[in-house]
Amino acid sequence: MEISTEPLLRVRNLQKSFVAPDGARQRIVEVPEFSLAAGAQQALAGESGSGKTTFLNLIAGILKPDAGTIWFDGAMISEFSEQQRDRFRANNLGYIFQTFNLLQGYTCLENVLLGMSFGHGADRVFAENLCQRVGLGDRLHHRPSQLSTGQQQRVAVARALANRPKLVLADEPTGNLDRKNSRAALALIREACRENGAALLLVSHDPEVLGQFEKTQDFQQLNRAVAAEAAA
Amino acid sequence: MNIFGIVFRSLRQHALSTAVTAASVALAGGLLLTVWVVKTQSQAAFTGVNGGFDAVLGARGSKLQLVLNSIFHLEASPGNVAWQDFLEIQNNPDVELAVPLAVGDNFHGWRIVGTTPELFQKSAFAPGKKFALQPGGNWFDPARRSAVVGSFVAEKMKLKVGDKFHPFHGLVFDEQKQHAETYVVVGVLKPSNTPADRVIWIPLAGVQRMSGHNPDADTEISAVLVKLKAGSAFAGFQLDTFYNKQGNRLTFAWPIGRVMAELFDKIGWFDRVLTLVAWLVALVATSSILASIYNSMNERRRELAILRALGARRVLVFAVIVLEAAAISALGVIVGFGIYAGLALIVAQIIRSQTGVMLEPFAFNPVMLWEPVAFVLLGALAGIVPAIKAYRVDVAQNLTPNS
Repeated sequence: MEISTEPLLRVRNLQKSFVAPDGARQRIVEVPEFSLAAGAQQALAGESGSGKTTFLNLIAGILKPDAGTIWFDGAMISEFSEQQRDRFRANNLGYIFQTFNLLQGYTCLENVLLGMSFGHGADRVFAENLCQRVGLGDRLHHRPSQLSTGQQQRVAVARALANRPKLVLADEPTGNLDRKNSRAALALIREACRENGAALLLVSHDPEVLGQFEKTQDFQQLNRAVAAEAAA
Repeated sequence: MNIFGIVFRSLRQHALSTAVTAASVALAGGLLLTVWVVKTQSQAAFTGVNGGFDAVLGARGSKLQLVLNSIFHLEASPGNVAWQDFLEIQNNPDVELAVPLAVGDNFHGWRIVGTTPELFQKSAFAPGKKFALQPGGNWFDPARRSAVVGSFVAEKMKLKVGDKFHPFHGLVFDEQKQHAETYVVVGVLKPSNTPADRVIWIPLAGVQRMSGHNPDADTEISAVLVKLKAGSAFAGFQLDTFYNKQGNRLTFAWPIGRVMAELFDKIGWFDRVLTLVAWLVALVATSSILASIYNSMNERRRELAILRALGARRVLVFAVIVLEAAAISALGVIVGFGIYAGLALIVAQIIRSQTGVMLEPFAFNPVMLWEPVAFVLLGALAGIVPAIKAYRVDVAQNLTPNS
């Protein structure tokens, strides 16, 4: 099998700014270079307000960059139309949020099925297997409100993997969990990504979480917008 | 999970507001259906009821009053017709059947009408439908104080064959005005669903010669029901000219259906107001869908942002909201048919008890096809405003606070 030397994700001169309440334009993200290999797992360390979430949203295609390029698996997704970015996200990405963002009206299994619905289509057997894998085989038909915080996080993990993504983005995925659950959740995310062949890009400010990654990068150094603000 | 699954779960999640909004649509739908069906059916029924006759000859006056009095057994008689006039029209070569009617008495408010047995034996109250007696009954004997009771009166007054009763003078019941004569019920009509069901039928001479009635008028009658010979439509014009234009003593109400149609034309404005009110109610109900979904958009923003983050396109969340509104409307329409069934049965019963005319609320009416379509479309239309809001949801802003 030929191994590609091209990284799964490559970011060049990525810029994003927002209009601040006072009307001034505020640059949030300015990342000259970033890449992630297929199947790799990397953590980005950053404090609150450092632009990490915006960076992940740019990679996910939820936001369109002001400038710069994002290449994903050979496609320049930064040039995609919104519709193409939606499709790209549905087919290639999993996203784990700090607040889990589960749909309250859906059961555990339905939340996972929903993660597949906009991409390659729902595969009930695979969804049930994922739920089993994250230890929720006996909670398939429970609503989020009937699950503990740790269990909700596991549903979020299963949902992120539901569309067989090439990359899972995790934004402070353990921020709402206690230390014990946090460690277990992180181990589960990493194992599940590895088992499913998905790369993992995780952002966190928690040294405990970051310490478990072989490769960690300081997002505040990576993001020139923050560095410039700090210098000012 | 397809778009319908998403819509279903959203409806389920907001079950209370779904139920309340659908209930308001159901009430509006039921009301609209009832108004529409009752107005179209009653118009058809009242213009279609003619007791099997083409015209009514009566005293000079309003044709409508004549028809209401002789066919629907409502209103007072405009006056009397001389026996000679009856014989004249009876002997007209274009007249197949002429039946005299005499009114002026009642039994506890139920109208007593004097007539001849020909009304039952020679005429059909509707094409192919002749009056029939319930088992054990006979037609009255013109020479005896006997009565045939309409099915509705029999049911309400619990009259049966062999029962005796005293008529009361006048069309309005007054217990002081009891006649001395005793009548025997000899037959009860099978339900005809026509005004005849609300009448007690006795021999013509009975009314004419009832004690207390003016003896000078004992050969006069109230009206003549006229059936023209088949194929002699021109005779109607001739008789119309003869009685209404050339003469000035009598009125010839012909054709009966047109007289009633003119009544409906006159009260057409009322009909239009009713319809307008029903549509306004429908508009208010569908606006409630708009209000209910629009008001819930703040709490839904996050759900919609999650859908978008999972890869749902803007147009899909737009469609979800529009479909949700249409689905609430559709639910309302379904329940609305139940409300219609209840309302229409009540209205039909009231109309039957007041006029004897029986509506058929469950017979097909085109409104039963276009009303659901119109309501679902209106519902979908109401969903467009909140759907635009859904379309514009900022995904990044509504997922998590930026960090």
